[in-house]
Amino acid sequence: MKAVTGNRLDDGVVVYLGDDDRWTSDLSAAARFEDGDAKDVLAAAQKRVKEIADAYLIEVDDSGAPAGRETLRETIRKSGPTVRLDLGYQAEA
Amino acid sequence: MKLLKLSRGRLYPALEEPLSEVSLEDWLDNPQGHADATALKISNDVSLASIRCDLAGFSTIILEFPAFKDGRAYSQARILRERYGFTGEIRARGDVLRDQLLFMARCGVDAFEFTGDADGANEALKEFSFAYQRAADDLQPVWRKRLDRAAAA
Amino acid sequence: MYRYDEFDATMVAERVAQFRGQVQRRLSGELTEDQFKPLRLMNGLYLQLHAYMLRVAIPYGTLSSKQMRRLGEVARKYDKGYGHFTTRQNIQYNWPALVDVPDLLDDLADVEMHAIQTSGNCIRNVTSDQYAGASAEEIEDPRPYCEMIRQWSTFHPEFSFLPRKFKIAVTAAPHDRAAVKVHDIGLILYKNEEGETGFEVIVGGGLGRTPYVGHTIRKFLPKKHLLSYLEAILRVYNLEGRRDNMYKARIKILVNSEGAEKFAEAVEAEWAQIKDSGIDLPREEMARIDAYFAPPVFEKLSDESAVLEEKKASDKNFARWLRLNTFAHKAPGYAIVNISLKPIGGVPGDISDVQMEAVADIAEEYSLDEIRATHEQNLVLPHVKKDDLYAVYAALKAVDLATANIGMVSDIIACPGLDYCSLANARSIPIAQRISERFADLGLQEDVGELKIKISGCINACGHHHVGHIGILGVDKKGEEFYQVTLGGSGAEDASIGEIAGRGLSSDQVVDAVEKLVGVYRERRQGKERFLDTYRRLGAEPFKEALYEAA
Repeated sequence: MKAVTGNRLDDGVVVYLGDDDRWTSDLSAAARFEDGDAKDVLAAAQKRVKEIADAYLIEVDDSGAPAGRETLRETIRKSGPTVRLDLGYQAEA
Repeated sequence: MKLLKLSRGRLYPALEEPLSEVSLEDWLDNPQGHADATALKISNDVSLASIRCDLAGFSTIILEFPAFKDGRAYSQARILRERYGFTGEIRARGDVLRDQLLFMARCGVDAFEFTGDADGANEALKEFSFAYQRAADDLQPVWRKRLDRAAAA
Repeated sequence: MYRYDEFDATMVAERVAQFRGQVQRRLSGELTEDQFKPLRLMNGLYLQLHAYMLRVAIPYGTLSSKQMRRLGEVARKYDKGYGHFTTRQNIQYNWPALVDVPDLLDDLADVEMHAIQTSGNCIRNVTSDQYAGASAEEIEDPRPYCEMIRQWSTFHPEFSFLPRKFKIAVTAAPHDRAAVKVHDIGLILYKNEEGETGFEVIVGGGLGRTPYVGHTIRKFLPKKHLLSYLEAILRVYNLEGRRDNMYKARIKILVNSEGAEKFAEAVEAEWAQIKDSGIDLPREEMARIDAYFAPPVFEKLSDESAVLEEKKASDKNFARWLRLNTFAHKAPGYAIVNISLKPIGGVPGDISDVQMEAVADIAEEYSLDEIRATHEQNLVLPHVKKDDLYAVYAALKAVDLATANIGMVSDIIACPGLDYCSLANARSIPIAQRISERFADLGLQEDVGELKIKISGCINACGHHHVGHIGILGVDKKGEEFYQVTLGGSGAEDASIGEIAGRGLSSDQVVDAVEKLVGVYRERRQGKERFLDTYRRLGAEPFKEALYEAA
């Protein structure tokens, strides 16, 4: 499964494309797509240039957690630096 | 494509008169065969050291900026102006962005195939009042202004 | 230090205004991200994993107290209360919002600072010896030449779209603290046999995917020709450097594929054409810039300090800090103080807003208002009276900045790595932290002596691993972090590129590996040999054996 992620244009924070087509900071609330559909969704997301700096696809498992090759990188993006647990989304949890 | 020409520090939209273009390679190969060419097109990967010809026969030299990142033609423009003393038009073609116009102009480019808006282009040229270094334009570097000011004081 | 005149101030203010307009055009959608990216990069603004990152230039590493105080305020006002000093003597903020950056830059411009050309394929912030103007070793202060290069390279119309980034370092001391041999251009100011001072010009050094020690292309360049000669080098590079492959685009590839001699010929030929064309600064302007770096007025002091001796005898920790963190000053009765930004288990180079303000206060009171940033991610107070050393130590200790480990095994260079950086393949900081914790005993560290560990989280080598006595490179193997160890590198006057020791190690193994390597050294060292000396004498074998025995 795939999800769409990017960094919000005005402040750069990590966001994911939600079910309602709005950006969310919560990966578990992100919309999940079959690999085949994901490309079209990404292409549409990439057109929203006033909202995000960039957008790309990440692999997620059935529970919505990062999966595949980029698991560590995407886990760090989702949570925050592993060396500063007081920063990033992990600090709010 | 739109054409902007630099005159006394301002860019003006210009009529696109048809140019008779010839590439440097073709021209070097057979100068007689291109006697009526008015514009010499120099790609950015050729060495200007190979030009042993009279550039004055051309009204325009076209320099290529195939991608905004590819800055070879900035050096070419300066060499044409400062070393070969070319006084005709040097035209920038390709990926010419608003925020590069000032740099190009300082290197001696005075015509731009530019798709953006002419007002914005003129604003971009005026963003800096001074320059730290000498280039192919007539702007005095700040060190010269400092000396002049010290001399006047 | 240099102070802006109206020209400098105007240029920086206009740059901020220009960037404000560019940000506005991006937010309005007039510019796409692809169009905006090169513009923001030339203002030091990256997009990293969690947020934007702003890299602020600290030209040749020199800061006033006022500037340092402002860096602390900026950290609090626009970021999350800290900053990160880098291997280019710069500082990075990890969380600024794009919409705030123009205001942030205005705040910096107020104190004569900027983020100009801290990224992009242009001439970057020029770096130098952090002891410049304070050390007795140097021929003269290299910073006036750095400032001349700063001005010449700022908004250089011809060299803003080079094949790749371009880094220049300058030193004037025989002991190279600026890693000049692994820069695109390294300049060593020295006195020739005729007694004139000028530059040895070294070109084509660099780290990254293909590391090289640079080549001397000109043994002696008179000082007055510095800028025209640099312009000739840059022009040859701009025209001839490869642009088809970003990994082969640095000048080191051009120099090493053509051969240094042929490259030197091309530069000399170009220089012959332009050297008298008004690029070089006239003597008056060189003198004007020079004057800003006139040595401060040092008090006439005895080189012995009774206060110092007394404290040294009564406080063992202070005595150690004195041995490891201070350096001989050229003026009697003064010392150079290093502030370690490598607390045991800490993040190398990180400093809080409160610590920045404390350093500013200390420098104001005790170091003639001056601070330096080092390429090894530490700070320096260049001019401290020996009589004041204990007070400085106590003040630093109060804000946890008195770790006595300069040059030691825990004084580790580490890039931000995968904890922050979008290019990284593996984390760097946690490895640095664990090595530091393993060697937490400062007595042990002092016994081990000088040992430079440098860690990069990817092949771009921001952590300078190739020139670490022990270098560690993080790689990604099918989604798992692995670390490759290199041995025997040096970024100093005895520059060399480290050799790969063998197969990659897991993050647990790599911390053990360092311990094993140190073990071999302690067993086999002779006399006052450093780790690097023992390694060079014995060769790689005994170290490799220890590393991979039953591992």
